[in-house]
Amino acid sequence: MSPLFLFLSFLALLSALGVVIAKNPVHSVLFLILTFFALSGHYLILNAQFLAAVNIIVYAGAIMVLFLFVIMFLNLNAETEPKKPMLAQIAAVIAGGSLLLVLVAALRNVEPVGYDAATFDSQIGMVDRLGLVLYDQYLLPFELASILFLAAMVGAVMLGKRETGERNF
Amino acid sequence: MLELPALGWQSIVIFVVFALSLLIATYCTYAERVIAAFLQDRVGPDRAGPYGLLQPLADAVKMFTKEEFFPQNANTALFIFGPCLAMITALMSSAVIPFGNVLSFGSNYFFLQGIEVNIGMLWVFGVVSLGVYGIMIGGWASNNKFSLLGAIRAASQNISYELAMGMSLIAVLMISGTLSLRDITLQQSVAGEWHFWNIVKQPLGFIIFLVCAFAETNRTPFDLPECETELVGGYHTEYSSMKLGLYLFSEYVNIFVASAVMSVLYFGGFNFPFQYELRDWLVSNQDWTLAGAQNLITILGTVLLFGKIFGFIFFFMWVRWTLPRFRYDQLMRLGWTILIPLSIFNILLTGGLITFGIIQ
Repeated sequence: MSPLFLFLSFLALLSALGVVIAKNPVHSVLFLILTFFALSGHYLILNAQFLAAVNIIVYAGAIMVLFLFVIMFLNLNAETEPKKPMLAQIAAVIAGGSLLLVLVAALRNVEPVGYDAATFDSQIGMVDRLGLVLYDQYLLPFELASILFLAAMVGAVMLGKRETGERNF
Repeated sequence: MLELPALGWQSIVIFVVFALSLLIATYCTYAERVIAAFLQDRVGPDRAGPYGLLQPLADAVKMFTKEEFFPQNANTALFIFGPCLAMITALMSSAVIPFGNVLSFGSNYFFLQGIEVNIGMLWVFGVVSLGVYGIMIGGWASNNKFSLLGAIRAASQNISYELAMGMSLIAVLMISGTLSLRDITLQQSVAGEWHFWNIVKQPLGFIIFLVCAFAETNRTPFDLPECETELVGGYHTEYSSMKLGLYLFSEYVNIFVASAVMSVLYFGGFNFPFQYELRDWLVSNQDWTLAGAQNLITILGTVLLFGKIFGFIFFFMWVRWTLPRFRYDQLMRLGWTILIPLSIFNILLTGGLITFGIIQ
């Protein structure tokens, strides 16, 4: 394990914990952004430059901006946070604990698979290679996913459409 | 001995680009006033030094020595972090921009570019999309409703214009077939062929990109986040001293980077017309070596690239002192109902032209 990997993992786990622990929702969002950066660093180590960049653009750059936007609008803070019932807290702890247990059990005996330096394809994960796989091997799933996005967009436009005679400003 | 690749030639380039961005941003504040004075038929700054050339220095001294004010109930950590983030994200994107071709000395090649990655365009786009965080965090942490409104405006404006910007870029990428900024530059001029810059192939895409660049850098006519007639000072209402300075400064660094990206993507980058003819002429008629002539072309190209960048910076300022500010609903309507459909049309048009072999 390289020191870079250890550092990124440390950062990812620490900031992910920060998301959960932070009292202020804005701090939570900022920690989440930091988590995405750490994950992008992991993608870079895995030689997936395109995925790293897209992760930053889509998640850190767009979705999190909208998150932050909504949270700022709602002006959430520690006082307005609803008190959660004890039962829900206990249930969440048990559910999370069992997930941890399953993950640890599943990943406990995983051995890192080494690559043979002589046969390793250094171009794997690059944009052009990814594009070829996506548009060649997985064309149908790709197109289906884009139809899903189109449906979501049409739905959003329908919801946001102004009724006749309505004036919002 | 551990060899650090970061301590090689590239780090020198990055350092020079860093210093140059700061220097250019510094003198942008001066240029802005001089151009404003020119356009409004005033004198402009002329007190500090000859032609007022020391004005940025005087401003810096003023910024650094002013009182550092923290509003009550502000989130102090994030209040400081906001301007830092704005500056960091502004300075990060210039790392992948090719400021020149290659210099060769014997068998050593020196690329005048910080990092050459094959996702260069995505890197710029990603860093630009992060730029809004500095404004959002600062505006929110100020604990002031005007700041918050400015921050929210900045967020929705950036999200809206990023879409059109990304789609106008897709048309460029369809032509070039690569995300590397160096490859995109090199494709715009091929030796021995009549070759056009991308602006000829993508006029509509360039206009969309230009408008979006104005919106992304929060420049007039889209400077709604700091609209002083409605929001006092917008997101930096509560800021004073060098923290305000960093916000203003990051805007100029952003303009510099946006100008550089536009020059590289649409205006040939470090290429200039008849460069290969000049090189061949030097080699055949003036007894230059090929490497020497190539180095001269590279240096000339870098100088001319900076000329293009300064041209764009001037354009940014020219527009600022010419056009009035948009209303917020006009801004949103322009982004969503005009620019995005137009950029989709541009993609279709480019695809059609490529299919019929008219452009390639």
